[in-house]
Amino acid sequence: MIKSELIQRLAERNPHLFQRDIERIVATIFDEISAALARGDRVELRGFGAFSVKRRPARTGRNPRTGAAVEVAEKCVPFFKTGKELREKLNISDDVQDAAPDDKTG
Amino acid sequence: MTGKTVTRAQLSEAVYQEVGLSRNESADLVETVLQEIVESLAREETVKISSFGSFHVRSKGGRVGRNPKTGQEVPIQPRRVLVFRASHVLKDRINDELVTKAR
Repeated sequence: MIKSELIQRLAERNPHLFQRDIERIVATIFDEISAALARGDRVELRGFGAFSVKRRPARTGRNPRTGAAVEVAEKCVPFFKTGKELREKLNISDDVQDAAPDDKTG
Repeated sequence: MTGKTVTRAQLSEAVYQEVGLSRNESADLVETVLQEIVESLAREETVKISSFGSFHVRSKGGRVGRNPKTGQEVPIQPRRVLVFRASHVLKDRINDELVTKAR
């Protein structure tokens, strides 16, 4: 599902609203979350999950092809932790046992 | 990192300020947006929000885990996990505002 499909589904559930209002609502929500993370704040949505920012200190990396040392500057990365309720919902259907694993990292 | 936490209340307030709906309806809509995303993910659909990021459901195979404290072996059942990948737009925005401020 992409953003336009999300807007479409919301429009079907809310026939009394204008499409452009729904577009603004969706934009506002994601913009508010982005702005909070850009301030370094956490966003906690119970049952859904929590967004936070993690700081990665500067380090000396290596170009894997040439082996040359490269300075990698300090940076911040956004992080999402799935909420308990959502994690449980993902595993509700009983065909989980048959689901083909798509990676080996465990 | 600053310790402030944004919740549904602030998101609803932002929607209320931005769109001319009542506070109640704004809160309901925030909830509906989250619900639609959850339903999509529960169907194992990937959810992509441009300039924000994407949510993917991954199936993990079962394996034998170990209680790190006791060393006891515990079977871990096959399960589904959610992965969020932030878009470059979001990563850049976070770095522009946070890292430059910290220096």
